[in-house]
Amino acid sequence: MSGDHILTVDRLMMRFGGIVAVNELSFTAERRKITALIGPNGAGKTTVFNCITGFYRPSGGAIRLVHDDGRMIQLERLNDFRISKQAKVARTFQNIRLFPGMTALENLMVAQHNALMRASGLTVLGLLGLPSWREAEKRAIDLARTWLDRVGLLDRADDAAGNLPYGDQRRLEIARAMCTEPALLCLDEPAAGLNARESGGLNELLLSIRNEQGTSILLIEHDMSVVMEISDHVVVMDYGVKIAEGTPQAVRDDPKVIAAYLGADEEEAIAVMESGT
Amino acid sequence: MDYFAQQLINGLVLGSIYGLIAIGYTMVYGIVGMINFAHGDIFMIGGFIALISFLVLVSLGLTAIPLILLIVLLVSMAITALYGWTIERIAYRPLRHSFRLAPMLSAIGMSFVLTNFSQVSQGARVKPVPPIITGGYTLHEGSQGFAVQLSNIQIMVVLATIVVLALFTWLVSRTRLGRDMRACEQDQTMAALLGVDVDRTISMTFVIGAALAAVAGMMYLLYYGLVDFFMGFVAGIKAFTAAVLGGIGSLPGAMLGGLAIGLIETFWSAYFSVEYKDVAAFSILIVVLIFMPTGLLGRPEVEKV
Repeated sequence: MSGDHILTVDRLMMRFGGIVAVNELSFTAERRKITALIGPNGAGKTTVFNCITGFYRPSGGAIRLVHDDGRMIQLERLNDFRISKQAKVARTFQNIRLFPGMTALENLMVAQHNALMRASGLTVLGLLGLPSWREAEKRAIDLARTWLDRVGLLDRADDAAGNLPYGDQRRLEIARAMCTEPALLCLDEPAAGLNARESGGLNELLLSIRNEQGTSILLIEHDMSVVMEISDHVVVMDYGVKIAEGTPQAVRDDPKVIAAYLGADEEEAIAVMESGT
Repeated sequence: MDYFAQQLINGLVLGSIYGLIAIGYTMVYGIVGMINFAHGDIFMIGGFIALISFLVLVSLGLTAIPLILLIVLLVSMAITALYGWTIERIAYRPLRHSFRLAPMLSAIGMSFVLTNFSQVSQGARVKPVPPIITGGYTLHEGSQGFAVQLSNIQIMVVLATIVVLALFTWLVSRTRLGRDMRACEQDQTMAALLGVDVDRTISMTFVIGAALAAVAGMMYLLYYGLVDFFMGFVAGIKAFTAAVLGGIGSLPGAMLGGLAIGLIETFWSAYFSVEYKDVAAFSILIVVLIFMPTGLLGRPEVEKV
């Protein structure tokens, strides 16, 4: 695989005591493409995400992110808010983690913290109501509303996020992640709990993010209809190692992948095979 | 009736001061889940700084009272905020990921440090100031010669509380900092992933809480005309009670709890006995906690900072 890689995971190791959760994993994610990370439960996918987004300090290996301007960032050395600020990596979780007591709009405003910080300089200046700060605030609201519109939640802008239906909360989370204006968007099972119609909508949303924003997407997903339909590249993990990678077509027909899924969970294996027919 | 009206005024004024302190407790609890037992002493520090800056300004020859008050207010807010920031930085932040009791013990220790520091550096005696704001209005002349008085200082305390609260509410609900604070309070990890510097936001919470306590300290100084190194203890415990009574974590609750404690105390003193006013205030706390464990406005999961 050649081309422009935004993310390079290089011999990533993650041990917890005696357990090796990720073992010498290497893969790349292409810029402005959707890369899916799949594998049976317990394969180590979320651990990889946690290493990329600074939750875990890897036991070994490197995670490199290269921005559009060629700036290279060693992700394994960053943590906390710097992941968003410097690396421009955004992430969602398997379980929904909106701020339930804040409105949908406010959730998207928090995500624009960095942009607003740049505009206001110091908090004190912001509080004094300088024109530049007001303008930044207005721009932030505009961006938030644009994203609310794109995920179809404009009319729920002032509702508490915790009161939205499940599917809406999932989409709001993606909108919020996009409001940080990320270079790389990491989604951990965005289709979990969605019905067929909703996951169809999710597919369209993710494709439009790739095509219109040019955001690179790294995706963990069990819903094979999502993976097969939108992924440009698929990496398959099992027991902490990469067992296959390639186009959705190639991966689906790979006997090692089928065996891994059969060994772990028969239903998922069948899902992988049936999604091609 | 006149007597009742007078006690109502007195209670509301006292309650305003408690409410301003209680907000500091409830904010810090909301965002880091700890009770900042040193907050009462922050209030005391605020009172002392107000006193010191007042004396400095007077000795410099300043005579315009409104100007003096404004400078005293700003100086005591700024310096007390610095105290709040420093305490969080050295006594709480290093313990944030320690066991749950650690920051609380550290806070109790910090409270003793501040009390004793003030005692040693300022002396143990009560520090009086001459009345700065005098005069007032007689609202109603009663038949038995009892008049309902509303003094200028009482008006000022209540007005200052309203203005400060309005500013504070605007800050929490409308500004970036306020949003960041609420986000950190609900999910610090997620807030950090969205680019919010959680440590800085927590620092700002302490700074704002301390600034509000400084306003309360200055109001106390003006209203009672004295400060002493030990005043933070009782006032702090009462304000903490107010925060719990209102529902800890809830901002309107803290103010409501403060007013409630102030009114209970005043009315009990007026109609029963002054000696037992604290017994009354804390008994009511116990009763409320038994029957409404989350306080008056406490819905701990939403609308708190």
